[in-house]
Amino acid sequence: MSAPHVPPRFGPGDAVTVSSRFPTGRRHLRTPFYIRGKTGEVERVCGAYRNPEELAFGTYDGARIPLYRVRFDQAHVWDDYAGSPADTIDIEIYETWLEPAGSPAHGGDDSDAA
Amino acid sequence: MPHDHDHAPIEADGPQGYYQHLAAATRSLLIEKGVFSAGDMRAMIEKIDERSPAVGARIVARAWTDAAFKERLLAQGKKTMKEEMDIDPVVADIVVVENTADVHNMVVCTLCSCYPVFILGRPPDWYKSYAYRSRTVRDPRGVLREFGTEIDPGREVRVHDSTADMRYLVLPMQPEGTEGWPEEMLAEIVTRDTMVGVAEVQAAV
Repeated sequence: MSAPHVPPRFGPGDAVTVSSRFPTGRRHLRTPFYIRGKTGEVERVCGAYRNPEELAFGTYDGARIPLYRVRFDQAHVWDDYAGSPADTIDIEIYETWLEPAGSPAHGGDDSDAA
Repeated sequence: MPHDHDHAPIEADGPQGYYQHLAAATRSLLIEKGVFSAGDMRAMIEKIDERSPAVGARIVARAWTDAAFKERLLAQGKKTMKEEMDIDPVVADIVVVENTADVHNMVVCTLCSCYPVFILGRPPDWYKSYAYRSRTVRDPRGVLREFGTEIDPGREVRVHDSTADMRYLVLPMQPEGTEGWPEEMLAEIVTRDTMVGVAEVQAAV
């Protein structure tokens, strides 16, 4: 039984924005708060992995979804960043949290109707 | 053997807390249900404890002395260390990030304490602290300074937040004056902290 692989929607160099959604309740999210709503550039596609938001609650046969390393400018991430303007941060983010940069603000599938 | 010094008897540190009970109950259930045996668990702990930063140091020293290996390692971390050095990092993949004259890399896991234990051993306490995890993404140069590491303002500091399936190994810069050293000697100057990226490798004292 092999779960489907979702083909990657983005490639290296693509500008992407992290969804600005804040689901509440019983969740296991691997997208840090500080990066939501920020725009960066895909550094690499890391492959496809099971969604931790499903794995954490016992769903082991879900689709494997693309995982990316996305690079952000620190000066963009923190309003008061005190380091050099060239400093960056790379973060692993699953595709379900990424939108093409410049697309309309994402209110989102699971941003909590529940 | 005489026991010639006084101290409080060495015993359990008081009553078990919630998470110790939870861990013990989970372990008992998994063993009872045959998911793994007590022996399997002991063997895994032993295997983890056998790993130390010396494993990572061998990888770094090889990369410093073998350009083709380094190129492969930077492109495919896990595959390369397995195939060429028989070192299994037991994770989805290792992203090897190279320090250069232009970039200094450092690693943190803001969400928990993800760490490449099979190539660096268990993480140090500071790596798991809230202070390191929260401040490294926000003020990496300040954190580095507290470790005694001053990065020139003209050199980019690149933080890697280890949030998901990858694990990280910083490939530090080889210090000047060590060119031509044998691999084994180079491995001896590569320390844990230089492979997490909070320090730079110093040539031998």
